[in-house]
Amino acid sequence: MKTIYLDNNATTQVAPEVLEAMTPYFSELYGNPSSMHSFGGQVNKEVRKARERMAALLGASPEEIIFTSCGTESDNAAVRSALSSYPEKKHIVTSRVEHPAIRALCAHLATQGYKITELPVDGEGRLDMEQYRKALTPDTAIVTLMWANNETGVIFPIEKAAEMAKERGILFHTDAVQAVGKIPIDLGKVPIDMLSLSGHKLHAPKGIGVLYVRKGTKFSPFLIGGHQERGRRGGTEATSSIIGLGVAAELAGNKMEYENTVVRGLRDKLEKSILGIVPNTKVNGTRDSRLPNTSNISFEFVEGEGILLMMDEFGICASSGSACTSGSLQPSHVLRAMGVPFTMAHGSIRFSLSIYNTEEEIDFVVEKIPPIINTLRSMSPYWKTGAQLCESA
Amino acid sequence: MWDYTDKVKDHFLNPRNVGEIEDADGVAEVGSIACGDALKFMFKLGPDGKIAEAKFKTFGCASAIASASALTEMVKGMTVEEASKVTNQDIANFLGGLPQEKMHCSVLGREALEMAISNYQGSPGKAEEEKIVCECFGVTEKEIERAIRENRLTSVEEVTNYTKAGGGCGNCHDTIREIIDRIQAEVRDLPGRPKLSNIKKIKMIEETLEREIRPALKHDGGDIELVDVVGNRVLVATRGACASCQASNQTMKNFVEVKLRELVWPELVVEEVSA
Repeated sequence: MKTIYLDNNATTQVAPEVLEAMTPYFSELYGNPSSMHSFGGQVNKEVRKARERMAALLGASPEEIIFTSCGTESDNAAVRSALSSYPEKKHIVTSRVEHPAIRALCAHLATQGYKITELPVDGEGRLDMEQYRKALTPDTAIVTLMWANNETGVIFPIEKAAEMAKERGILFHTDAVQAVGKIPIDLGKVPIDMLSLSGHKLHAPKGIGVLYVRKGTKFSPFLIGGHQERGRRGGTEATSSIIGLGVAAELAGNKMEYENTVVRGLRDKLEKSILGIVPNTKVNGTRDSRLPNTSNISFEFVEGEGILLMMDEFGICASSGSACTSGSLQPSHVLRAMGVPFTMAHGSIRFSLSIYNTEEEIDFVVEKIPPIINTLRSMSPYWKTGAQLCESA
Repeated sequence: MWDYTDKVKDHFLNPRNVGEIEDADGVAEVGSIACGDALKFMFKLGPDGKIAEAKFKTFGCASAIASASALTEMVKGMTVEEASKVTNQDIANFLGGLPQEKMHCSVLGREALEMAISNYQGSPGKAEEEKIVCECFGVTEKEIERAIRENRLTSVEEVTNYTKAGGGCGNCHDTIREIIDRIQAEVRDLPGRPKLSNIKKIKMIEETLEREIRPALKHDGGDIELVDVVGNRVLVATRGACASCQASNQTMKNFVEVKLRELVWPELVVEEVSA
């Protein structure tokens, strides 16, 4: 059975050219970039090139790029660095819809005496900028807001938020794990102090991430050890992964337009077709400001796990914000923060595309979804009532 | 991804007895859409007094659909009295087991069955004034107590897996902990319990073996037979995979004896004899 992979916000396929670029650094060119001999030195040159490529994608300078092991490490390093750089400040501003890498970290810090402000979002997943303005205080050590939401794809106005923090002299960090490679980012124009990204979301391998730290920003390392990454992150460089990420960054830059035209077109087709065929469905998250590859659709009166397992029978991969799949008995914190009703939240499915998806795949999914939903709805005790309600409305 | 048995997958992808019965004898609706799973269950008796037809509709995950489908298959052909003895563990066993985190699906099935039987018998279901412990999922103290007793639960996490209680805001965790402690204390402080007559004791041992122990052993290809009861000594013989199993002595002490002590009499000692 062919796999139709529409779960690219979870992880992506390593691009063939990325894998090809990485392979020699496992077996032949295995030198340590810190070594004095030229066998190691030649690897160092490639690591440097990867750093330049990554910087180019972000509109940053190479020395502002720190390679880490993953997005979670980058997030931890950023927030903890801010707290140790400004020990007198005890307040963190974040949102209710962050990834667990930030959410759980903040919840942990709350038990250590830090005050956390979790900004609410509206029904469309948008940040209330007035509340944000009010949340910024002289005691605020750092603002950490995601650039784009992993579940809905909603893009926060990070440029504006970063400027507002800068005006008050507050450090600004963004978890841009879902945004990098999907929407253009130019750190030359946006006053962001720190930015996290993860390699495996943009066709590089798992186990490699980046923390961007703007020149002049006070930084206190999370991993203390050797002199690697200019003393800001100890540990021997994951050379092959770094080199792979460099190629992936270049690929992302080259494919940016494709992502925002072709991939966006496929996403729109998928969304429009499903909404057109299946009644009682709704898109979660504002369509005005959203990643081009993500569509979060709620199917009323059915439960997401059932949909996923039935799609799995056809080789279709997606994910759900339902309670049964979240492992916490409650629907996703993102949909709850948006106030999505239970009838909708439990039946939410996130489709996330990549440059490797084709129109045939989308057509296949559009063909398979309606009977799956019909089957599950015919079993649901709520379905009839729901249909009647809608007809009379 | 959940590790579902083939039987769970089969009952999810090909659910048996979906639908409603117009003139059902017993009907029940449990759960709610807010909680993430809900089950409507109904049955109709045949002229012989046995359940001739059972149907369901469910909103929930794959294991909820499979549990409901399994339940309808299990109770068909049973008398109401037999059906009233079906436990959540029976439903899980029928499906070849459920992931711990999904045990609440089997509890939902048992609750629906019980309420449908109450409905048939004309008695009210869940009384309104029952104390709710978990506000998020509307779980009552009685439901939690029952799940703890029937499934020998010892932690808040287990109670959440079986009843959902405590799976939301977490405010009720202390209360759940207290209920667990109270029930564990009850099991420990048994001197206050009236002494069992020998006949009653043997009967209870037989019932417990039948209901709680043999199905679990059979699941692993083993079996057990009661040979005799001498005072507090329960003499048993092992069968099937248990007879040749190196760990059978462990099973006797850690599972059979624990279960009998908990459900029958705290001083029972299980001994294996060849018979």
